[in-house]
Amino acid sequence: MSENNIKIEIKNFSFYYGQKQVIHDLNLKIHKNEIMSFFGPANGGVTTLLRSLNRLFELNHNTRSEGDILIDGESIFDPDASVTELRRKVGMVFEIPTPLPLSIFDNVAYGPRLNKKKSKDEINEVVEQAIKQAALWDDVSDRLRAPAMSLSGGQQQRLCIARVLALKPEVIILDRACSGLDPISTAKIEESLTKLKKQFTIVIAPHNVQQAMRISDRAAFMLMGYLVEAGADIFTHPQDQRTDDYITGRFG
Amino acid sequence: MKKFKENLSGRIFLLFALSSISALALITVFIVVRGIPIISDVGIMDFVFGMNWAPTEGEYGIFPMIVGTVAVSLGAGLIGVPIGLCCSIFLSEFAPPFITTVFRPAIQLLAGIPSVVYGFWGLIFIVPLIRDYLGGPGLSILAASIILAIMILPTVVSISEVSLLALPRQYKEGALALGLTHWQTIRCVMLPAAKSGIVAAVILGIGRAIGETMAVIMIVGNAVAMPESILDPVRTLTTNIGIEMGYATGIHQEALFATGIILFVVIMILNATAQYITRKKSG
Repeated sequence: MSENNIKIEIKNFSFYYGQKQVIHDLNLKIHKNEIMSFFGPANGGVTTLLRSLNRLFELNHNTRSEGDILIDGESIFDPDASVTELRRKVGMVFEIPTPLPLSIFDNVAYGPRLNKKKSKDEINEVVEQAIKQAALWDDVSDRLRAPAMSLSGGQQQRLCIARVLALKPEVIILDRACSGLDPISTAKIEESLTKLKKQFTIVIAPHNVQQAMRISDRAAFMLMGYLVEAGADIFTHPQDQRTDDYITGRFG
Repeated sequence: MKKFKENLSGRIFLLFALSSISALALITVFIVVRGIPIISDVGIMDFVFGMNWAPTEGEYGIFPMIVGTVAVSLGAGLIGVPIGLCCSIFLSEFAPPFITTVFRPAIQLLAGIPSVVYGFWGLIFIVPLIRDYLGGPGLSILAASIILAIMILPTVVSISEVSLLALPRQYKEGALALGLTHWQTIRCVMLPAAKSGIVAAVILGIGRAIGETMAVIMIVGNAVAMPESILDPVRTLTTNIGIEMGYATGIHQEALFATGIILFVVIMILNATAQYITRKKSG
């Protein structure tokens, strides 16, 4: 991979909650247009790492990080960098679907309306395109004004993906976004993700090893805050015994 | 034996529960029995919309006092609600923990100050201020509104703060992850989502303002007349009872009970509205 193909570069990154260190000196490069997955048992630091990429951990008091994360070569911790700009560039989908108490349409139109002044037609177009990209259009095209809460769990999660897509991000983070969903919804989301990677860089914490195998271009195994190994053939040729044990189900 | 004890304990608790309910029932029945005759004698319309209150001469119109109550409570709401709401947003969203630990009990302490102390402070401090800088007698709607605004702060702040803190974390995270600023998140996501709790806080606060008597008696002037500005003195429904109960007898006393009925109804409507709004949210 050439250097200019790198979207995110994590350099000597450590993270602390109070005195407790939850990520230990992590180094990794994430390429453009790939699906990179981080997996591992609970308390491995995956969620913390994902929340560091858009600086959402700053909501918690008493946290501290060392090292650096670069996106397109620029540090996201630069004092001059805008956090809101970063979060528009790095969209995030959570484990629990979080539609706002608004209509389906307004949930998706929300970000574009606030972030840039746009005409009504432009917003309609952005919303429709985002819902289509998230594979939700067929389910909701006839009831865009219905409350988002009336959707099923899988539809709500696809709505949250559409909401992120409407912001035209460059990176999409999914933190165990399919863990509460049925296999059909999961399959739909995975299918749309493989289409979406042509335009975006996708970072995902899959909810199990099988999902990581299905959709990742490369995967990283994290254990107790350490990056054990990362690579494209981690599932077929794991280098580390712990990785092998985990993916074959000997522990986890 | 054990079963007998179990049954007995249930009954004892029932007894105590009934005693608190029966207090409500007793007071309601008493007020209604004593107050209804005069309302039916004078006529509900003449009683509520009558302009003259001269109980010794057989005139029982309480409309100026209704206007007084509405004006004073509305004023308290206009001043107290924005302050209280901003305060609760500050406490739930902006304040660092060490400030919250000082602020929150301090605001609750406001609820512990006896109303006569509020009234006294208002009389010595607020009333002269209004008289000197804005004119009029100083004893006025404005003075009472300011004091009541302070008195309703604990109610408004604590209920709206609780409803903001009770919002699922995911609302806030979701909004922030969309690239909204902190203030946009509060304005466009958190306040609308906590709307029912905030409305309930406002209604309960206003309810408290309507019911307050002692502090209001001391600073509102108590003149039974239609006010022309917020600097005029008025009399409210509660202060009417408070002032005249000492010497009222016979029909006059019944008229005061009738005033109580009107108050009772107003407060019940407000509380029911607040309950309906909060329940609609959770339902």
